[in-house]
Amino acid sequence: MRDEGDASLVEIDSILTAAKRAGAQQAEVYSVRTEETPVRFEANRLKEVSSRETSGAALRVIVNGRIGFASSTRPDDVAELVEAAVETAPFGPEARLDFPSNGEAAEVDVFDTDVESMPVDTMIETGRSLIDDVLQVETQLLCDAYVRRAVATVTVANSNGGLFAYRGSGYSAWLHGTLIKGTDMLFVGDGDASCGSQLDLAAARASIAGQLERSRGMAAVRTAEMPVIFTPLGVAGALTMPLVMAFSGRMVHQGQSPLVGKLGEQLYEKSLSLWDDATLGTRAGSRPFDDEGVPSRRTALIENGVVRNFLYDLQTAGIAGTSSTGNGERSLAAQPSISTANLVLSTGSSRFDEMVSDVREGLVVEELMGAGQGNVLGGDFSGNVLLGYKIENGEIVGRVKDVIVAGNVHEALARVTLGSEGRWVGGTLFTPPLMFERLSVSAKA
Amino acid sequence: MDDATRPDQVREEIEVALEGHNADYVEIRLDDTASNRIVYRGRELEEIGRTRSSGGNVRALVKGGWGFVSFNDLSGLRERVAEAVGQARHVGSESSALAELDPIVDSVIPGRVKDPRTIPLATKKALLDHYNETMLSVPGVTSTNITYWDGHKRVTFANSEGSYIEQERIDVVSRLAATARKNGDMQQASSSLGALNDFSYVETLEESARQLGEKAVALLAAPYAKGGTYTVVLDPVLAGVFCHEAFGHLSESDFVYENDRMKEIMVLGRQFGQKHLNIVDGAAVPDLRGSFKYDDEGVPATKTDLIRDGILVGRLHSRETAGKMGEPVTGNARALDYRFPPIVRMTNTYIEPGDTPFDDLIADIEEGVYACDWYGGTTSMEMFTFSAGEAYMIRNGKVAELVRPVKLTGNLFTTLMNIDSLGNDMGFNQGGGCGKGGQMPLPVSNGSPHIRIRDCVVGER
Repeated sequence: MRDEGDASLVEIDSILTAAKRAGAQQAEVYSVRTEETPVRFEANRLKEVSSRETSGAALRVIVNGRIGFASSTRPDDVAELVEAAVETAPFGPEARLDFPSNGEAAEVDVFDTDVESMPVDTMIETGRSLIDDVLQVETQLLCDAYVRRAVATVTVANSNGGLFAYRGSGYSAWLHGTLIKGTDMLFVGDGDASCGSQLDLAAARASIAGQLERSRGMAAVRTAEMPVIFTPLGVAGALTMPLVMAFSGRMVHQGQSPLVGKLGEQLYEKSLSLWDDATLGTRAGSRPFDDEGVPSRRTALIENGVVRNFLYDLQTAGIAGTSSTGNGERSLAAQPSISTANLVLSTGSSRFDEMVSDVREGLVVEELMGAGQGNVLGGDFSGNVLLGYKIENGEIVGRVKDVIVAGNVHEALARVTLGSEGRWVGGTLFTPPLMFERLSVSAKA
Repeated sequence: MDDATRPDQVREEIEVALEGHNADYVEIRLDDTASNRIVYRGRELEEIGRTRSSGGNVRALVKGGWGFVSFNDLSGLRERVAEAVGQARHVGSESSALAELDPIVDSVIPGRVKDPRTIPLATKKALLDHYNETMLSVPGVTSTNITYWDGHKRVTFANSEGSYIEQERIDVVSRLAATARKNGDMQQASSSLGALNDFSYVETLEESARQLGEKAVALLAAPYAKGGTYTVVLDPVLAGVFCHEAFGHLSESDFVYENDRMKEIMVLGRQFGQKHLNIVDGAAVPDLRGSFKYDDEGVPATKTDLIRDGILVGRLHSRETAGKMGEPVTGNARALDYRFPPIVRMTNTYIEPGDTPFDDLIADIEEGVYACDWYGGTTSMEMFTFSAGEAYMIRNGKVAELVRPVKLTGNLFTTLMNIDSLGNDMGFNQGGGCGKGGQMPLPVSNGSPHIRIRDCVVGER
């Protein structure tokens, strides 16, 4: 393996030294190197094998109390990196953070040598068997699929003596199927992601088979308010983003979250709890510390319906007068921002089929298209039901189309029924199905 | 290789790397981007920084199978070629079909109206400070967001057929947003803009900033539109997004070329709209965000008629989709950066104007929705949704009260037919970035006159 590209410890040290010499009171280097191998299938056939190496370093400096930033995929060019960071500092935000010296990292398993050494042929076989299994359910389906493995080395080092480094691995597989009849298009899909080499593809297969089964016929919908059940996929696609955004300490501090001043208040259904947890073994969002070197932890966002905590990175915590929750996440090209790791939503006692059997007229939503548009900041969600089913008299009777489901996630979660069957979706969200008594449904007249 | 490396030396290294590769086709693409980013949230400047990103890739084709290798370290190009060819050989089992293309050697440095690299950081920040203050000074505005980004990109492309092309471009993009909040209710008004090779527009956003502030506050008092089916009129910006989402993606041939049923749906000669409907895509339309001289396979930019007189007459191609479908190349293979292979993408996509003045478009609408500007849009091919940034009810032929942002959705095949009138004006939206296959945001533009659509489903938020 070559080791050019990402900043070696020697290089990191020389960057920090040069930054201090250029006038920085504090300096921090974030260095990452990722090697990724995606295998891609198109129209049921193997199409492309790739390998991607990405590496580089980002430098944050504090000069005269202000933060400057630069990043480069050429960290060996120390002078250019330091000069660019120092040059931006006079215009930068006032520093409200101290880079952490060494602390305890969370004990969490995020590297699997089986992922690192996984042969491409094994990945091809995984993709092929996933496609073959799904084709047994529906022979006319055209499947695109990918199987991807990645290994990353992350290093955070700062001038306060902090040095944090780990290796992580990632493995994922996903299948998208399309079934076209006339101009009618049905889209199905599912998959899994993990730090380890074991994926729960049986759950993905079962989910896709269920999608195909429930979509056999079409059903009509009228414009009305009615009960809507979101499956775990539906929750992940439509509800998580507008909900979690409101818990960002940055949004709260700036008055852009509807949860300003609501800490300790019960806003949500009493049985509802939600955590962010970066310490879960092998989960795709886990890590021993965040991208600023702050140890990972489990943070309750909602406990029994009560707003418990907001999420912070170092700078935002400094501004808000609290401490980082270890949610500073970054790419090379930007400074850290607040992001969740693995979200876990509490389960309830209602089985999915019981929820369905309680509904006289309603919908099941697997995927809302365009759900992330609109007034997300305020918690609104709305989208075209790309995959969803009609419930009539307690039974799923067919697939729906040309329907928009809309609501506000904070209002909706005040009265929600939690399902008992939770599952991981996309590797970073654990959720049961959720049932809302009344949501706005708009259909083609 | 860096700035100090002589261009002819780079060329020699690339050409040596491409010799004797033993594949049906190989290409090498290197790119180098230097960018500036400034972010505000409320009164606080959240982030200011510089980024330099450089790297390259090799893509190889053997018997219809692709190998792709991307990297930051540009040494050892020959070994990278061998690796990509090895991957392609592993995949390939059929036959390669790339549309014919004559080799091209060219170097493209576009003219610049106002190069952002000549503007000091202090000047950029002073401008943005002013716009931020302008939004915050509107009574009722509680917070703001500004994101500004400029990037200078240099791309070198070479293939095993003898093409060698160097291209440069500069993108300037910005998003201004104002938030108003009252009793836990929160509304936002935002505007995304962009330009190719020109910083000028950033200097004249004061009025727009003030209007955003006022709009956010006005939305707090505005009701939700009642969800249902309406006649809607879209302004040129939103109609452009509609054109991109509702039809543009469907014209991308990589969704079609391996899919017999899609081929039936997208058969040339099929009627998609009424006789007045004409839709075009083309990077050869100059000076827009989606403009360039060569795509990322070295194919010269064109202007492609997609719908002419309501009839499907063309589609967008990469060399592979054109080769497999036996149609001419269109220059639509684009990659976000060196980390990605080129895939079929739109460039500048627009509906050509008609001849109806705006007042006549709305004159006979008893109850409808006038939807303007955009939050975003997405498509499944058959179905699309897009969200308006601003909406008004139309009552008795007049634009009436402001309502909260709405979402429009529909079925492509019926909705295009339901466009029953086209305005006599034209506008382009340059602030968007298109996403596909994990490659986002790719610079594109879209444009349209005002258009009227019958029977469109409107969701209330």
